[in-house]
This record gives sequence, structure tokens and C-alpha cells, in this order.
Amino acid sequence: MDGYLHLSEGVSYKGIWAGKVPEAEVKGEIVFFTGMSGYQEVLTDPSYKDQIVVFTYPLIGNYGINKADAESLKPHPAAVIVYEAERDGFHYESDISLTAYLENWGVPVLTHVDTRTVVKKIREHGSMPAVLSAREDSQTNFMLHRDLKVGKVSSEETETHGKGDHHIVLFDFGFKKSILDGLLQKGCKVTVVPYKSSFEYIQSLQPDGVLLSNGPGDPKDLEKQLPQIKKVIEHFPTLGICLGHQLAALALGGDTKKMLFGHRGANQPVHDQETGKVFMSSQNHSYVVDEDSLERAGLSARFINCNDGSVEGLSHLHLPLVTVQFHPEAHPGPGDSEFIFDEFIKLVQTTKRRVVNYA
Amino acid sequence: MPKDTSIQSILVIGSGPIVIGQAAEFDYAGTQACIALKEEGYRVILLNNNPATVMTDPVFADAVYFEPMTVESVEKIIIKEKPDGLLATLGGQAGLNMAFQLNEHGIIEKYGLKVLGTSIESIKQGEDRDAFRSLMHELNEPVPESVIVHSVPEALKFAKETGYPVIVRPAYTLGGTGGGIASTEEELESLVGGGLNESPIHQCLIEKSIAGFKEVEYEMMRDSNGTCIAICNMENFDPVGIHTGDSIVVAPSQTLTDREYQMLRSAAVKIISALGIVGGCNIQFALDPNSKNYYLIEVNPRVSRSSALASKATGYPIARMAAKVAVGYLLSELKNPVTGNTFASYEPALDYVVVKIPKWPFDKFPGIERTLGTQMKATGEAMGIDRNFERALLKAVRSLDIGLSDLHAAGMGKKSTDELIALMEKQSDERLFVVTELLRRGVDKNFIHEKTKIDHFFLSKLAGLVKLEHEIASCTAGNVTVENLAYFKEKGFSDRHLAYAWGIPESEVRTLRKKYGVRPSYKMVDTCAAEFDSVSNYFYSTYYGENEAPKTNKRKILIIGSGPIRIGQGVEFDYCSVHGVLALKEEKIETIMINNNPETVSTDFALSDRLYFEPLCLEEILDVIDTEGIEEVIVQLGGQTALNVAEGLEQYGLKLLGTSSEMIDLFEDRDKFYSLLDDLGIPRVKGVTASNRNELIEGISAIGYPVLLRPSYVIGGQGMDIIGNGSELSSYLSEKEVSFPVLVDQFLTANEAEIDLAADGEHIIVPAIMEHVEKTGVHSGDSLSVIPAQTLSQDVQKKIIDYASKIIKYTKYKGLMNIQYIVSGKEVYILEINPRSSRTMPIVSKVTGVPLVNKATKILLGKYNLSKDELPATQETYVCLKYPVFSNFALRGLDIKTGPQMMSTGEGISVGATLEEALKKYYSSLSAKNAKNLIVYTTAAPELIQEAASMGIEMVPFRGELNELDDSAGVYSSGGTEQDIVLRQWAIRRRKLVFSQEETLKAFLLASQESKWNVKPMGEWLNEKIKGVTLQ
Repeated sequence: MDGYLHLSEGVSYKGIWAGKVPEAEVKGEIVFFTGMSGYQEVLTDPSYKDQIVVFTYPLIGNYGINKADAESLKPHPAAVIVYEAERDGFHYESDISLTAYLENWGVPVLTHVDTRTVVKKIREHGSMPAVLSAREDSQTNFMLHRDLKVGKVSSEETETHGKGDHHIVLFDFGFKKSILDGLLQKGCKVTVVPYKSSFEYIQSLQPDGVLLSNGPGDPKDLEKQLPQIKKVIEHFPTLGICLGHQLAALALGGDTKKMLFGHRGANQPVHDQETGKVFMSSQNHSYVVDEDSLERAGLSARFINCNDGSVEGLSHLHLPLVTVQFHPEAHPGPGDSEFIFDEFIKLVQTTKRRVVNYA
Repeated sequence: MPKDTSIQSILVIGSGPIVIGQAAEFDYAGTQACIALKEEGYRVILLNNNPATVMTDPVFADAVYFEPMTVESVEKIIIKEKPDGLLATLGGQAGLNMAFQLNEHGIIEKYGLKVLGTSIESIKQGEDRDAFRSLMHELNEPVPESVIVHSVPEALKFAKETGYPVIVRPAYTLGGTGGGIASTEEELESLVGGGLNESPIHQCLIEKSIAGFKEVEYEMMRDSNGTCIAICNMENFDPVGIHTGDSIVVAPSQTLTDREYQMLRSAAVKIISALGIVGGCNIQFALDPNSKNYYLIEVNPRVSRSSALASKATGYPIARMAAKVAVGYLLSELKNPVTGNTFASYEPALDYVVVKIPKWPFDKFPGIERTLGTQMKATGEAMGIDRNFERALLKAVRSLDIGLSDLHAAGMGKKSTDELIALMEKQSDERLFVVTELLRRGVDKNFIHEKTKIDHFFLSKLAGLVKLEHEIASCTAGNVTVENLAYFKEKGFSDRHLAYAWGIPESEVRTLRKKYGVRPSYKMVDTCAAEFDSVSNYFYSTYYGENEAPKTNKRKILIIGSGPIRIGQGVEFDYCSVHGVLALKEEKIETIMINNNPETVSTDFALSDRLYFEPLCLEEILDVIDTEGIEEVIVQLGGQTALNVAEGLEQYGLKLLGTSSEMIDLFEDRDKFYSLLDDLGIPRVKGVTASNRNELIEGISAIGYPVLLRPSYVIGGQGMDIIGNGSELSSYLSEKEVSFPVLVDQFLTANEAEIDLAADGEHIIVPAIMEHVEKTGVHSGDSLSVIPAQTLSQDVQKKIIDYASKIIKYTKYKGLMNIQYIVSGKEVYILEINPRSSRTMPIVSKVTGVPLVNKATKILLGKYNLSKDELPATQETYVCLKYPVFSNFALRGLDIKTGPQMMSTGEGISVGATLEEALKKYYSSLSAKNAKNLIVYTTAAPELIQEAASMGIEMVPFRGELNELDDSAGVYSSGGTEQDIVLRQWAIRRRKLVFSQEETLKAFLLASQESKWNVKPMGEWLNEKIKGVTLQ
């Protein structure tokens, strides 16, 4: 069955539904991901909540969907757009095919779309509202309902994982499982807390450090949480990843702004001002910390994107804070920046030692 | 870090003559490197004795040395040029080995050369199996269980412990030379024996076989600051067990999860960082299809064949960047030239699929062993790009120029299923077609997977194509729907396949497509999956979506390239295509290049105004022509491949510059050609065309023995035979499947000469006359030849020129032409005319300083006319020797006795003040280590033996004992007996000199009389010549 992608810019593209035709139109912000593998990680990354994801690599689904590589328990995008979606999973780990998996979760897939042309449109006009419809002429208005996406993906209860010398609170704005795995691998005990948690609550858990997780949407939607986050940063060694990085900047008085079409892929080159090295990073964000706002917040940009010069990570004048716009936990994408976890653990250790010394 | 200013001049080592395992990709790499270094203001001194290359053109280097690729030679060049730096990591294994040997001989230290890019220590650590393995153990990276051996018994002991099969890999060899898989003790003994001999350090690795694992490669770049990136990863369609150069390769990987992709990428980063690579590096892994276990197979600490493929597959110019990184730049300081606004420290993202298929020489030599293993056998490769796997694959298959328009290979349909299964298990070059045929017959995919270990993903795609074949067959041109037709095209079915299935001419499919609006779009290769606006002019066709090719209204000309490198049509034709483009650009004409060979300079997107990476089939060429609005085409430059489409293009109303199909026919249709010669009073050999057996026998009796038999329209002398008498004829007729018509020619035992010329319809430029050393009967591509002619009288030379002039004036021919002559005493006969570029044009242009292709292209444009004939200088101040280079070591079962069918894969030249000096240089690069002045012969005339003895060369008869011959320099064996073949095969394996013609041996004797030789760059020889002329 034919289906149509309508962009708010006024253009439409024809495709074919991979499975059942959705009963109602599907609306969402359209974004594109340029990685050539890692579709499962993208789909299960809560940061993609309610977005329509276009995969630029034309063959998606070749190795199916497996148990090991999910970043959360379910797929989050509103819909998926590809050129070809494989109906079989050719891999020893594959449990279910991509198309069956998405159909089970009611995520529509529009295939046989000239995705390259769609991407060029997004590149030109920015990520924008889009509608998927069975009708060639859609008269819907493209206004997207503004809601707090973090609220939909954050955990509701506190949960503790693992055992270890360092106790890290994972402030959950929609965290990817690989972040938790990354901490556990470094020998941490991790307590995941809901996004609404107060500073006092976190303090009561007596963590050695706090990780502000990734998550969907505009960081400014979480304005109410900023004072809590600020206190957390002031009291604990903190690592901010993606949304967590943006929230840290906002909490300390910096600013964020929306990008034209963001960064989504596995090949974003980041320059580390400290070592002079460039590494590849995995990214997924539409918002960016405004470099001009850093000084007043006591922040400085340690990491810079090589392509557009945007801020990719921060350090603070005196607080034990590391934040990164990219994903050091990888999955999908390269593990080049795994060292960020080590730096964070070191930060936790030195702070702990200092505290011990004071005491 | 900015560029290194401590050096001013750089010696670049090229890869030398083309052999299997080291082909045009290093011309592409070397050319890019030379351009990149010259841009930075360095003086570039180039050593490469391969004249067919683009890189050895005077514009790409400041001094070009066509000198032996030996330590002795390099030292001479160093003394003369005093370079500051040495760049050897862009010249393939030859370059790397040279750097290694220079180091061993203390040359690098002695002359204070700075080794640019990856250090010698790193090269050693990457190449020396022992050092490499201990590093891997240190890094905790898995390598297959293996042992380094220096003797056969050590190898046998290891295999006894781990069990067979085992893989034998000689250290420091090229294209897996001498390696292989041994399943028995006998096989192991023979492989290790040969392998130790192949290895310059007398070392082999014996490895537990991990055949059946997925084979995955990464092309990496690293700079001196430790920034390390993966340019491209590739997955082999054929699992571990077939050399990657002989494998069908897909980019990016298709069946690896992100976890696996990144696991191997991280390992690659770790390994090449530990090795300290600065520049490009290729790394190969074997991944268990059923777990996360992997093994490291190999690291090539240099730019490689795969990096050329990766460059074309992604658009990222690896060699160019490697050269910049070698002189100190950091990746983050270099712009990505494709996007123009991002940096080189970036990993390309593909939004298409790339399939590479090797081009094997088995179509030429059907009798030789076709099984593939660890020894590479392919001479070249073709690549297809599309948005889906199926069409990328079909494009690549159709680009092979083996007459296939789909996955139906000749003869498959006639074989029984059991025969096909046996063939499938044999792992030959035909496996893709065998598997497809089995799928056609409904054989279970799982069964095929069990037997071949080819991933289910690929098998499922092939099964999908088979299903579509049935669908196509079930409809007709009359009832096919627009949607179905569009879908068949999207999945790669050629017009020719559809035409065949529907029983209509191919042109009608085209008409039908046009009527239905089913035409290809062109998408850009931009390294970034459209994330950034790009300035790339590199396109591929696809049958779905928006067209991105720009519309222009300038005068534009299409140049048709020459496709994959094969015996008889090598990198020379790429040189010609490239020079055609450069000439057009000088005239400010928009150049459109179409080609499908990822190894070449012509498919460097920075060369032409637009590059279309497409099969060189009429269908795709016409599609590009339609899209671009092209009216003029040049077919002369791309060899026979391009000529073959001439007629089709004309029928479509295109203007072929210079060569019309009628003209081609005049020279290629033997009857027309002979009557042309007769009309002009030009002598020719007697000949007839026989369209059946009776005519053949009659023809021969009219002409008289010996005769030369050949099919019409061939390149490289395919299927040529010399028949000396009646009994040879009867065995020819009984043993061969003769496909008539057959051309029957009188065979004269005489000398051969040839010329390359450019003509404007009236006058000619003939820069030189080349004289062959061997007599008639040896293919011109396999003979030694000399410029200028050494023994031809003034009278004969005049006839050679006069006949050429007559032909041109009479036919009003414009452009490039190659003419071959037979010279018998005072008589000169025209043997053959090729109305196109030729194998020897680059040589002639370079050693005479006359840019033939440039001039011819301008003539074709109507921008240039000759006011008079420009003929060879009467006296040259130097002699150039062209010599063939063979790859028979890789092609088991191919006898090296030279004859009418071309076998050599490449050529080299040497230039000397005298013929003796040129010969000396040639043989000095070939002579085996520790060899005595001893030649073993099967049969030789006493006079010859005496002549040799008088020159200090002892000739001893072969007594059947091969192991007595170890210290001989070579063998003289011109016969066809069993003993001859055994001896020649032995000599090939041991890399001894093989003389199968008396003249070749005599040339060697002549060379042995010269004791000294000097190096001199080509430019200097040419300057002396110009001075000589002005003095007169």
C-alpha cells in the first residue's frame, strides 16, 4: 500500500507501508540519522521519543532485532522512514525482523522513499513537523502538540543496579541502557532516579557522583528542574551526557538554542581542546549549548565539533563537572570517547579523596 | 602540526610494472600523492619503471626515473638527487619492500633520508609475522593459532598438532604470492617449499584455517597526533578462504550489527595506534558468524588495493590525505575536498551500496586452474554503486566486460544440478553464477549456505533476483505495467536482459522505457549521506528518486573509459583516457567521464568535470548521454571496450569524434582491411576468412604452412594459434571448439615493428618507430621492443612511415592509431591497424616527449591541425627498452612460453645511452639472488651455447633434476615438450629468468656484456636530445 510523507515545508513524498497501514495520521518532528549500522539502538534510544526518523543508509534491518542491543524496552520514534526495510533478520542473534518488531509496537514504517531527497530538504529547511498519511493530499495542520517528552520516558521509581566502590546516581531523563552498562562496567553501583527527583532526595542517597542522562526534547522544557540540577552539580561530581549536558549548562546560567537539523549519526568529529586529538562520536541532538553564554556560567568549551564549531562538551572553572553533547557510551556508533567515563570516575575518586581529607 | 619544512625534496617510490596483486590502484595512489606533494611546494623525485602510468608523466613529478626498482638503483638516484625525504607507503608492497631493503642496507641512514609517514619500524612490525604476533598478544588482540617457520619440517610439525587444513602465508610477498591452503601433508610440503623461496626473508606463517568466517576489512587513516579514523569498512561476499582481491566485496558491511562493526573498528584503532601508523592502513578481520569471536587476519601498513576501492566507494581521497599526513599535516587541518567545507578528520557515511567484483583472466586462459584461494588471481576489478544491493551487484557484473548482461553465465544452464553443486564446492570464480543457477533450480538456500558459508543475507538477495527473473519472464513487453518495468529496472535488470526475455530488440526496451518515463536518476557520492552541501561531481545512476546531476549548456564531450584492468587492456588505456580529459580541459570544454574501474586515475572525481561511475554498456552510456545532453563522444581512448559501443552510439545519432564505426570496421573487418591495403599497394601477408571447416582447410592449402589462425575482433591475441603442418591442424580441429569465422593468415618468420601516431586526416605525427626484439609469432605485448629501431634500414623505416601516411591520407583518419608491421628483409608488410589508443602510446609519448594523446584529442576537437608530417628523429641520443612483465606465478597451469596470445600483465621500460645499457638495467632488476652465470636449457643450438660461453654465460643441459638448478640464473626453453613445460613452471615458481625465444636470450647475453649503468631522469634524456637537435 502506498503511503505519503508530508513535510510542513509543503512537499510530499510517496512510499510504501512496510506493514499495516496506520489507522490515523502520524505526526512528529522529522529528523535523519546518518549511521550505516545501529538502527536498533536508534529505535530504542528514548531521545528519539515521538520523532519521525529517516535512515539515510538505504538498507535497514539486515541483521534483525536482538536482545542484546536494545537501549530501552521499546522503540520510541513515532514512525520510521527508509528506502528498504528488510523483512528477515540475517544474524545469529536476531530474534525478530525489524519490520515485525516495529509492527508489534505499532510504529509505522514507510519504505521505498527517496530518503536522500528528504534529507536534503531537512538539511535545507531544518528538522520540521511532518505527517505520515495514507492520503496523497494531507490537509492536516502541522502544529505539533508541545509536551514534556522526558516525562514519557523517565522511570517512575528509583532502582538500584550493581555493586561497587563508587555510588553513582543516574538522573534519568530517558537514559540509554549503555550509559548504565558503561557505569556498571567501571565498577559502579548505580541508582537510577526519576527526572523529577529533588536535590534533597538525591543527597539522601549519598552518591559519590551524579550522571545527568540523555533524553528527548528541548532542555528548556525542564526549566522547573533546573534549580535541583544546579544544586546537584554544586554538590557532587557530575557527568552530563547530551540532554544532561544541556541541562547542566542551563542550570548554571548558560543558554541553549535549537539547531537547524541537529547532529544524528556515528561520525561526528569532535576536537578535544586538551589533547588536540580528534575523535569520532555518536550523536543525537537538536539543541546545542550557546557558546556565548558559557562565560557567565563559569563554563568553558573543552570539546568542539570539527564540522560546525559547535560546543560538544564543557568543563567548569572550579566545579568537578564534565559534560558532553556526544554519547561516550556509543551504541550506536564508535567507542572512541569511552574515556569520558574514566575521567568521570577519576573525578569521583579525587573528590571523594578530598572529602576524606577534609574530614 | 603544519607541514614539515625541514625537507625540500622527496623521493617517491612507485609500484613498478603491473602484476597480479599490484595494479592500477597504485598509479591512482601515486598520482594523488605526487599532486599532493607538489601542491605543498616539494620537489618530487619519482622512481617507477612502469611507463603506462599517469604518475610518471612529466607534469606530476619534477624528475621521473624509469630505472630498475632495486636498492642499487635507488642509491644511485639518491646520490644524484640528494632528496631529503622518502615516501614509500604509496607504492604498494613493492614500495614498502623497497623501503625495508633500503633500511636493511643502511641506505636511509647513510644519506640521512627522512622516512615520511609510517616509520620503518612500524612497517617491520606490521609486516614481520613474528613481531606482529607478539604485538597482538601484548594488545590482547586475537590472531589465529599459527607458527612462524623457516623450514618445511617445522610446518609439518605444526599442522600435525593443530590438524589440517592450514593456511600458508609467506612473509613480505605480494597478493599472497606463494601462499595457499594445504589440506594434506603433500600440499603443505610443496606450498611451504615454494613459499619460503618467495619470501625475501625466507619465512612463512602457518596458520590454523578459519575458512568460513566473515571477512571484514577496515580502511584506516591516522595522523602523527594520534587522530585515527575509519574511512570505510567492507564485507566480503565470500567468507574467509578466498583472497580479498579475488572476493566479491561489499561496502559498507551488510550483516554486522553496530556492536560488531564498532568492536572491529575499535580493534583497528587500537592496533594501528599501537603500530604507530602515520597515513593509510588496511586491516582485515575474520568474524565468527555465530559469536563475537574474531581474529585479526592481516595489517597492511600502507595504502592498498582496498584503499583505492574505499576511496572510490566513499569519495574520500585516502592517498592524497595519506601524502599530506606524511609531510606533517594533521587530519583536522585538512579540508575534505568532497564537501569542501568539512575536514578530513571525518568518517564517511554512505547512503548507497557498493559492490566490487574481481576481473579474472580465465576468459583468456580457460584451461588454467580457476579455483580461488589465498593466492590472488584477478588482474583487475569493477565496481557498481546503487541505492540497493541487487543493482549494485548487477552493475558490477555487467562492468566485467565478459559478455554478461545478467547473472546467466555461459554454459551454466547446460550443466546438471550435481555438476553445479560440485562446481560450487570448488570455489571458483564462477561461484556467484553457479549459486544463482542453483537457486533458479530451486535448490535450498540453507544447503547452499552450508556448502559455501556465504551469508544468508547475500543468498536471499540472489534468490530475490531469481524470483524477479521469473516475474520478468512471465510478462511481455506488451503487458508489463509501468510499475513493474520501473521495479525491474530499479533492481538492476538490464535492457538487454528484458529484451531477451521478451524477445524484442534491446532498443525497443529503451523506447518502451522512454514511453513509460522509466529512466534513471543520478545521485551524488558526497561522503556524508547528504548531511552537508557538497561540491562533488561524482555520480551513479539509480532508478528511484530525484535526479541530482546538474544541467549545463556548455559544449561537453563524453570520454568512455576502459573498464577493469585485464591482460591486453591495462592501465595504458587509463593513461590515454586521463590525457584526453586533460586536453579537453585545456580547451575549456566540459569533460564527462564514464568508467567503472575503482583502481584508476580516470575515476578520480577530481579529474573530469563530471564522473559517472557506470557499466560501460551501451544502455548506461546512452542514459548518461540523455541526461547530460551530450552530442559528442570520444571512443578512441578507452581501448577495445570503448570501440565496441561505437556502432550503437552512432545509431543513436551521436557524433563520434575521429573514429566512426565504419572506419573501425574498415580496419577490423579483415576482408575490407586487406582490400584497403591492396588498393593502396601496401604489402600484406596472404590471408583468407574461413567461415567453416572446409573453407579453413582450403584456405590453408592456398596459403601454405605455417599459418596463423585467430577469431576476428579480439584484443590481446586471444585464441590465436600458429599451425605449422597438417598434423597440428588436425589436432587443432579436434581439440578446440573452433568458432567460425576464423581468420587464416600466412605466417612469416620475420621481424616486427610498430608505430603509434596521431593524425589530422592528412598529416601524421610519428614520434618513434619501435622494433621488436623477438621474431613474429610473439604477441607485441609480450615482446621486448626498442625505441628507436636498431636494425631497420633507412629504406625500411621510410616504408613504415610511407604506408602509414598513405592510410591516413586515403581514409582521412583523425586521431590516434597504432600500426603493426612485419619486416622481412627489405619487405615491409602491414599486419594490423588499431584505430585507437594503444598499449605503447604512453611509452612513446614519455620517451620522445611528444604528448600524442593531447595532440590527437585537440585534433579531434578541431582545435589543432598539423601543417606537415612530424617524423621520428633520425638520431636519438638514447635507447629505450620496453619489456613485458608476467604474473604467471599467480596463474597455476599457465605456461610462460611466449606466443601469439598475450600473457603479460604489465610492462616496464629502461632507458640507456646504448641498447646494452638499457638491457643491463632491465636484467639487473630481474636477476635472482645468489645466481651464477648459468643458464639451464632443454634444447639449444651449439652455436648459441658457444656464443653464450664466449660472453661468460655457461649453458648447461637440463637433465630432469630440478633441485640441481638452484644456483642457475634462468632457463632457456623454447620447446613445447613435457620437459620444457616442467622446467618453465619450475622457473616461474623460483622466479628465475625464463627465455622461451632465442632472441630474448641473446638480448640477455648482450646485457651481460655491460658492466656499468647510470641513472638519469627522463627529462634529462629529453633535454639532451633537444640540445642535440639545436646543435645541428
